This record gives sequence, structure tokens and C-alpha cells, in this order.
Amino acid sequence: MTDNVNKSRRTLLLSTGAVGVVGAGFAAVPFLKSWLPSERAKAAGGPVKADISKVEPGQMLNVLWRGQPVFLVNRTKQQTDVLESLNDKLKDPESESSIQPDYVNNIFRSRKDNFLVVVGICTHLGCSPKYYPDLVPQQFDAEWKGGFFCPCHSSRFDISGRVFSGSPASRNLDVPPYTFLDENTIEIGNDGEQA
Amino acid sequence: MGKIASSSSTGGLGGWINARLPVTQFYKDHLSEYYAPKNFNFWYFFGSLALLVLVNQILTGIWLTMHYKPDAAQAFGMVEYIMRDVPWGWLIRYLHTTGASAFFIVIYFHMFRGLLYGSYKKPRELVWIIGMVIYLALMAEAFLGYVLPWGNMSYWGAKVITQLFGAVPWVGDSLVEWVRGDYLISDATLNRFFALHVVALPLAIVALVVLHIAALHTVGSNNPEGIEIKKHKDENGKPLDGIPFHPYYTVKDIFGVGMFLLIFLFIVFVKPDMGGLFLEHDNYVPANPAVTPEHIKPVWYFTPFYAMLRAVPDMQMGALIMALAIVVLFFLPWLDRSPVKSIRYRRWPFKVMLSLFAVAFVILGWLGMQGATELYKLMAQVLTAFYFFYFIWLFLYSRNEKYHEVPERIEDH
Amino acid sequence: MKKLLFILISLIATTEVMAAGGGSYIGEKVQSNIRSVDSLRNGAKTYMNYCMGCHSMDYQRYNRVAQDLNLTEDEMMNGLVLTDAKFADKMTIAMTKEQSAAWFNKAVAPDLTVIAKARGVDWLYNFLINFYADPTRPSGWNNLTFENASMPHILWELQGIRTAHFETHTDEEGNEHKEFKNFETVEAGTLSEQAYKDLATDLVNFLDYSSEPAQLIRMSYAPWVLLFVAVFTFLAYLLKVNYFRDIH
Repeated sequence: MTDNVNKSRRTLLLSTGAVGVVGAGFAAVPFLKSWLPSERAKAAGGPVKADISKVEPGQMLNVLWRGQPVFLVNRTKQQTDVLESLNDKLKDPESESSIQPDYVNNIFRSRKDNFLVVVGICTHLGCSPKYYPDLVPQQFDAEWKGGFFCPCHSSRFDISGRVFSGSPASRNLDVPPYTFLDENTIEIGNDGEQA
Repeated sequence: MGKIASSSSTGGLGGWINARLPVTQFYKDHLSEYYAPKNFNFWYFFGSLALLVLVNQILTGIWLTMHYKPDAAQAFGMVEYIMRDVPWGWLIRYLHTTGASAFFIVIYFHMFRGLLYGSYKKPRELVWIIGMVIYLALMAEAFLGYVLPWGNMSYWGAKVITQLFGAVPWVGDSLVEWVRGDYLISDATLNRFFALHVVALPLAIVALVVLHIAALHTVGSNNPEGIEIKKHKDENGKPLDGIPFHPYYTVKDIFGVGMFLLIFLFIVFVKPDMGGLFLEHDNYVPANPAVTPEHIKPVWYFTPFYAMLRAVPDMQMGALIMALAIVVLFFLPWLDRSPVKSIRYRRWPFKVMLSLFAVAFVILGWLGMQGATELYKLMAQVLTAFYFFYFIWLFLYSRNEKYHEVPERIEDH
Repeated sequence: MKKLLFILISLIATTEVMAAGGGSYIGEKVQSNIRSVDSLRNGAKTYMNYCMGCHSMDYQRYNRVAQDLNLTEDEMMNGLVLTDAKFADKMTIAMTKEQSAAWFNKAVAPDLTVIAKARGVDWLYNFLINFYADPTRPSGWNNLTFENASMPHILWELQGIRTAHFETHTDEEGNEHKEFKNFETVEAGTLSEQAYKDLATDLVNFLDYSSEPAQLIRMSYAPWVLLFVAVFTFLAYLLKVNYFRDIH
């Protein structure tokens, strides 16, 4: 075998191998992508409408969106007035590291000041927190100002879903995309930007 | 073979592993020091291609089960769900359906290669017999898989094939009920067929393929000349007319894979139905126990045997003939008594008869797809008779067959 | 041999008679183009307006059709769809099988999602253009391509009312064969003959699309996939030739 044969063999081995590896990469894509949510799952995970006309001030409505509880809270003035004063006790008062749409980047974390929409899943390990609306001392917090308390590992959130320092959860409750279709109807999962 | 200690490396991680699991020795025995005859031709691509298709079927099959439910009320819709709602589901399904037909094309070529070059003869009888068992398992696997989309042809095909168990004397009717798990083809049937199709038979086929290759590598590969390369070895015990499987036949087979993929992917992307041959029109109608499709026929790869079944006016006899047509192939190593393996050194009577046999098989396949008219039935009867006559003729003729002298060594061409 | 020849000839003769007088008359082939978005849109519109009253498309989703036909959600749901279905819904209908059976003389209007795969586009096209008035049928209509179909001619206002003329032949064995001669227009439709055929073509095109929406993607990938494999195969061939230079 001459050196020439050797050299061209090396080139051919490398190029065939390279094309083969790229081909195998292409071939893997359909198999990997087929694990993504199907159109059926997307349809089932589509926007959910809820009638909020019956939610009295201070009350909470729980609706399912993509299999997750979403808390719809009609907050009282008394509940929202304390938000500013809690900032020192919170991990992320400005919600800088939260998962939420841009249009709720305010202290109320909502489109309408009184109306809170959050995903009711603790950002710690996925339990669903309980709603403790009243500004009265609780077993878990003597200075409770209303909010959510997770019974699994005692994470505490204020009435805007912001997590208190000292809780195992690290992130504020997520805010899903939502929009008000009219005075009494809210649609969760829809930003309301198009159509 | 058998020299584990001496030829394996002893140092490092490789040595540590080899002392416990002879990976290097395995690699040598089956690839780098498995000596295959140097004169493999076109016909020798199909073994490795069969392996490729098997891997394709297993992979795409696993992915299809992730999206399919064996439920009579949902199965038809599940297929359309895969075709539309699952990302890239259409490609995975078409790879599987086209793969099923490709498997049989490849296997038929592979088997015909055996007939051409006498690869079933001593000492390769077991290689052939294991191969025949794989062929049987494959037919069962294909039939069961065909039922899963729960189209009307799935339904009626399953009905007709399970009805064949009724041909068994005395217990036939109870046997049919037992196979179906109901008084008709139903959800219970679909569910067990699914289990067999995705678990039981693939396991069996993979195990059989391992045995097939193990037996082959024990006796060594045949070749187009039908000359045993193990007769002439050099001082190191390497056959003079052999070359290591790796790298020579691995690179050659990779080229074969490329050629195969060109045709295979053309079908997958451009013509996955093959005009109703690979995916039948009537199977796009949901299963309906009340309406029989106009022409009940199996998929193309079963049609030669289906033509034989229909050629016989009696159901029990027909089933028997069909079974015999496959059983007779098992005995081929002893039916062909000629000492010469390859067709190249056999005289014209064999060449003519083998060609006619192949043509008869293909025409039978075509007849199995047609409606049963009197003429077609007559043709099928004649060809079925010829199919069996071939083996009788071979048995008698090969006893004192005249042949050309077979050279000792493989000559360069 | 002579007998065989006779059988062969009579066989060909019978199949031809069957093709002419039987129940699957294919007079002309359909000239549809799956890549024409306009044609598919027209077909979708006809389907929603005329077919979807009875025929569901249980496996097809509105949003997929809109995406493939370059329609916005608004154009699709407000322009084409007559019901208050949601965008991601499947194209199902309200009529149940039981209702269908009661209204159409025990026939159930089949789901049409994959009908083009089952029947073929030519058959569907001929079915749509070969209706004729037949007072002996419960619906008042018959069809040359699908004899004694229970479906009435939904598009009759567009095509008009026609009757069919047949000739009856008696063959050597004394069997009678009905052979189609021609149609006679009784009442003209709102569309010209050509315009009606175009409408049928577009509708069949949409049914063809619906039977496999992936065919548009599949076809667009085909040349690139094959080109890639061809390059690989060519390199593998060179490599194989290179290695086999060692072998003498």
C-alpha cells in the first residue's frame, strides 16, 4: 500500500464518517421532537376562559389551566395596601427573577390592581399553597398580612404571590399570560395581544 | 475462537474489562478477524441490510408505541393522531410501514441468494433452518402489526387468517375462539396482538438473529463460487481467499446501506403508499364488522402463499398446502443432494428450473393480489403444482447431477 | 391451449363490460394540484358550506388547515367556519350516527378525513360530477360512479338537474348489460359546466390534502434528504473502492 492510498483513505474515512454523523444527527431530530407536546396536548392546553363576575372582594377562584391550578383573587383594598410595607421581608420584592409577563411588572403583579392571577404551584417542590386571606396572626407567622402558605414545606407568599425570606421556595409564584376579554370574563393562557 | 487469554490486551482499563468480559476477543471473532470470502457480490448486501431494517423497525416501533393505544374504539384514530398531531409522527410511522415491506424485499433477496449459491448446504444447514424460523416469525410479526391500525382490511385480514386455525381437525373451532379471545375479532384480539407484536415476537426475532449469526460465524460464510475458503489457510491459520470482515465488508456494506437508503427514503418521502401496495386503500376505512372489503387480500409479501390457499377448493387442504409450501423449504438442505453448491458450476437444467421456480413464485404473488377469476385460479393451481414439483424434481435430479468441476481456490476476476 | 386463449379473451371482454356498466364509472381523471393554495382554499370553503352539514373530519384540526392554507385565525374561524368551534378544535359535526341513519335511509354519512386515501381522487371527482336525477331512488338521485348511493346531490343548484340515458345490451349468454350513453340537462345550474368541474376539482384537492396534511412537508423534504443520502453513498462508494484496492 502506498502513502498516496493511505492519505486518500484517511480523507475518505473522515469525510464519509463526518457526513454519516451529520446524517445520524438529522435522523435523531424527528425522534426527539416527537416527544414535544402534540397538537392534541396543545389544544387541551389552550387558553381557558373563566367567569369572574361572582368572585366577591377577598374571595379566590381556582381554575385549571394545563392541568395546573390557577388562583384568581379579587383582592380588597386592605389586602393590597400592605404590599409596599412588606418589601423588606421578601426575597425578590421587585419580581426580577420571577416568571411573569411584562404587563404585570408592578407591585400588584397584575393587569388590574385588585385582581391577582397566579399559578397555584409552589416554586419550591410543586405543592399547591393554601389561601390565607385575613390579616390576622397565624401559627406560621405572627405578623401575617394575608397571602398564601404552602403546607408541604412552609413556604410563605404575600397577597401578590411574592415569596417571604426564610421560605424554602426561591421564586415568586408564576404569573401565567392572561387577558380580560370583558368586564366579567378572563382568559388564561392568552396574552391578548393578537386575536 | 477459544484463545481468550493470549490475544487480549492485558493492561489498563481495556485489560481490566477484557479479563472479565472478552470484548476485544468478541470484536476480533466477529469483525476484525472474522474472515469472509473475498468475492462477495451484490447478493451479499442483503444480510446486513436485513439487520439495518430490523433496527429501524425496533426503533420506530418503540416510538410508535409511545403514541398508540391498542383499543378497538381508538386505534384507527390513534394512527391519524400520529400522522397529524404528534410532531414528526408521520415520518416515524412511514419509516415503520415502509420498513415492513422493505424487510420482506430484503429477506426474499437474501433467501434467493441462498438458493443461487447453495448456502443452505452442509455445513450451513442450521444457518438455513434458523433463517427459516426467522422468516416464519417475521410473517407472524408482520401480520400482527398489520392488524394494529384497525382499518377494515386489518379487521377482515385478521378474521380470515385466524379462521385458518379452524382448519385444525377436531379442535379447530374452539382454537379460533381461543386465538380471538371472543366470538369475533374484537378489542381483546387487538390487545393481545399488540402485546405479541411489540414484545413477544421482537424478542424472539432478535434472539433468533443472534443464533443465525452465531451459527454462520461458526461455519463461515459461503460465497458466489461455493468454495470452502477454510480448506486453504496460510501458516497463521488465516484462509488464503478470506479477508477480514472489518474493515473490508463493513465499508462495502456501508455503501450498500447508502444505496438501500436512497430507494427506501425515496419511498418514505415520495410514495409511502406505493399506490396501495404497501398501505392499502381499504385500510383507510375504519374496521367495520358489518362490511367486508370488496377484495380481501393480504399485503403483497403474503400473496404467493395466499394464491396457493385460494387455488385449492377445500379450506383444510388449502391451509395444508400453504403450510407445506413453507415447511418444504426447511428440508431444502437434504432435498438438494448435489455436492456442488453454486449455480455457477451447475448445468442448465438446474439454472432453468431455479429461474422458473423464482418466476412462478413472483407470478403467484401477483395472482394473490387479483380477484379470483376462473383463469387466475387455474394459473394459481398450475403454479402451485410447479412450486412443489420443483422440490421433487430437485430431489431426484440432484442425486446423479452432472456438473462442472469446482476449482480449489477463488480465482481473481 | 385454444381453450385457455378463449378464456383469456372472454375474460378481457367481461372486465371491459363491467367497467362500462358497473358501479365505478371513471369518465375523466381529476387535474388537481395539491400545491395550489388557492385551490385548497376554495375546496375548504366548499367543504365547510356544503359537506360539513353531514360529513365530519374527526381527525383534522381547524388550526392545522389554517396554517397549511396560509389563513389567519380570523380568516379561518370567521370567514370559513360556520359553527362556533374553537380554533384548535377538530372538525367534528353535531349530527350523530343515529340521526344520520334516521335521515338518510339507514346510511351513515362517513367521516371524510381520509376518504381520498380510501377511494382515490379520481373516484371522488367522478362521484361529484356524475350525479343524475333518478325518481326510483329514495333520495331522487343516483350516481354513475357510485351506483345507488344514498347521498343526495347536495350541489344540484350549482350543477343543475340532469338525467342519464342508458342502452341495454344482451350478450351471447343472454345476460343483460346496462351501458351508459349520455346525460341530458333538465334544468341548468347556477354554474357553467366548466365552473362546476373546477369547484369539484378544488373540493377533491382539499380532500386529498386532508387525507394527509403531512404530504406537503414530506414532498418538500424529499429532494434534500435524497441529495444528502446520495452524497453519503458516493463517498461510501469511493471508500469501498479504496479499500478493495488491497484485495487481489
